Amino acid sequence: MDITQISVFLENRPNRLQQVLKVLAEADVNIRTLTIAEVKDFGILRMIVNRPEAAHAALKANHITCSRTEVLAVALDDASGTLQRLIEAVSGQRQINIDYMYGFPDWHGGRSIMIFRFEDPAAAKQALAEEGYTPMSRADLHGE
Amino acid sequence: MFSPDRESMPLPRLKELQLERLRWSVRHAFENNAHYRKTFEAAGFHPDQLRSLADLQRIPFLTKQEMRDNSPYGLFAVPMRDVVRVHSSSGTTGHATVVGYTRSDIDLWATLMARTIASAGGSADDILQVAYGYGLFTGGLGAHYGGEKIGATVIPISGGNTDRQLMLLRDFGTTMLACTPSYAINLADFASRNLPDFDFRKTRLRRGIFGAEPWTEAMRREIETRMGIDAFDIYGLSEVIGPGVSCECSAKRGLHVFEDLFLVEIIDPDTGEVLPEGALGEIVYTSLTKECCPVIRYRSRDITRLYREGCSCGRTLVKMDKVCGRSDDMLIIRGVNVFPSQIEPHYQVVVDRRGAMDDIEVMVEVGEAIFSDELKVMTALSEQIAARMRSTLGITAKVTLVEPSTIERSAGKARRVVDKRKPS
Repeated sequence: MDITQISVFLENRPNRLQQVLKVLAEADVNIRTLTIAEVKDFGILRMIVNRPEAAHAALKANHITCSRTEVLAVALDDASGTLQRLIEAVSGQRQINIDYMYGFPDWHGGRSIMIFRFEDPAAAKQALAEEGYTPMSRADLHGE
Repeated sequence: MFSPDRESMPLPRLKELQLERLRWSVRHAFENNAHYRKTFEAAGFHPDQLRSLADLQRIPFLTKQEMRDNSPYGLFAVPMRDVVRVHSSSGTTGHATVVGYTRSDIDLWATLMARTIASAGGSADDILQVAYGYGLFTGGLGAHYGGEKIGATVIPISGGNTDRQLMLLRDFGTTMLACTPSYAINLADFASRNLPDFDFRKTRLRRGIFGAEPWTEAMRREIETRMGIDAFDIYGLSEVIGPGVSCECSAKRGLHVFEDLFLVEIIDPDTGEVLPEGALGEIVYTSLTKECCPVIRYRSRDITRLYREGCSCGRTLVKMDKVCGRSDDMLIIRGVNVFPSQIEPHYQVVVDRRGAMDDIEVMVEVGEAIFSDELKVMTALSEQIAARMRSTLGITAKVTLVEPSTIERSAGKARRVVDKRKPS
């Protein structure tokens, strides 16, 4: 199952991130992990949250430019070489390009969760299945 | 004066001449152009009704939009075989207005520019460096023909190539310079930055005619001090003929309008009502002798006032103030007309003058419709906006993507333009 990531457009100046976080806090949304990609004038905030629909609605209501993107989450053993093997299989052997990725530790299972946005998500999903990886479901990720 | 009998004509005689020419011009437009005939008839006006100058008010206005709608040749009143040249107004290629000239229109325009050069103290003894762009833009060729008409030696260097401009200015003994005021300052900046031995005071440069964009008294002082010259404002618009519609004289106090050739009115931009002398409003032009593109009550959108005062130069012509604003949202940036309404989606244009050149920044609000969570898509978007502005407007702008609602709104309406250049 795909995971919904929330992405937000942020101008590169003080207090912009704070405003987004405040809206999410007031909507009782918990952020599992986030990453910011930035250029000179602006950045894109990408988040995995426990309640993506509520987060999206709250941001929209506050006129914050945001979008929902389907990403793949894969849990990997917290050990040397696990990520390399996955990338080798998907990007190396099958030439599937990665748009972006980021990771965070899974506190409960002692593993690392990697979030991927592939250029061709369907092909990537197929490749992961062939290699024996099972992308995480929303329930897996959020413990719902 | 280049045409002393016209430029210092007693007022009653001038009015007679204007009426006689107006009747010809209005009839010419009516009889030889379908658009004028249509709008005159729709307003219930016939040229036979024109008995005094006041009857001009019975004629409908001509708007910029009508000009665009009739582009390229819809407002021509002569057969194409009689048209010897076309120019195009600056601005977007999509909405450019095209103006045509017969041989006698070209000669009329050259006369106007010769008068302008004379008004700034120039003569056949001058060496005139024309650093306005040559081409569809009326600045370069307008100054060129005027220079030749008065008998000056013209250096047709056109715009740009700053180091070469300065080299020629010194080596060719230029005495008079024609360019935009911002480019004049740019020349001075370039010289002081890169050519430590270059001293304008050691050149033969004495005077300059500067126009095609709004400028301030502060800029005049700066140009005069740094170059050691007299700087004169010249004004014109391609829709009417090009540069040379009005210009300053030795008094440097208002621009004389060559009203033996163009009739001017000031109107309230909201109601269209003609305002009394001295009132601030939109200036409206009517050409009196033009053949190819007669303009009858053309709404320029330029805000100024008109007044008559005895002038030390001896001209009896009415004076207009420097244009102090626009009744629409048009901006003139580096000599190019820009209508912010052409810029989509939600945006704000900030114009500033950094050093000598106008600087334009376009802030574009990123709404959901154009947002992507991929950085490469967003940076490509910003580059695409900049490229589009360059190709349609001819302007290099800095594009900044901003969050929605960042752009200042007053009463719910976005403030589209922030012009930090004026006044100084």
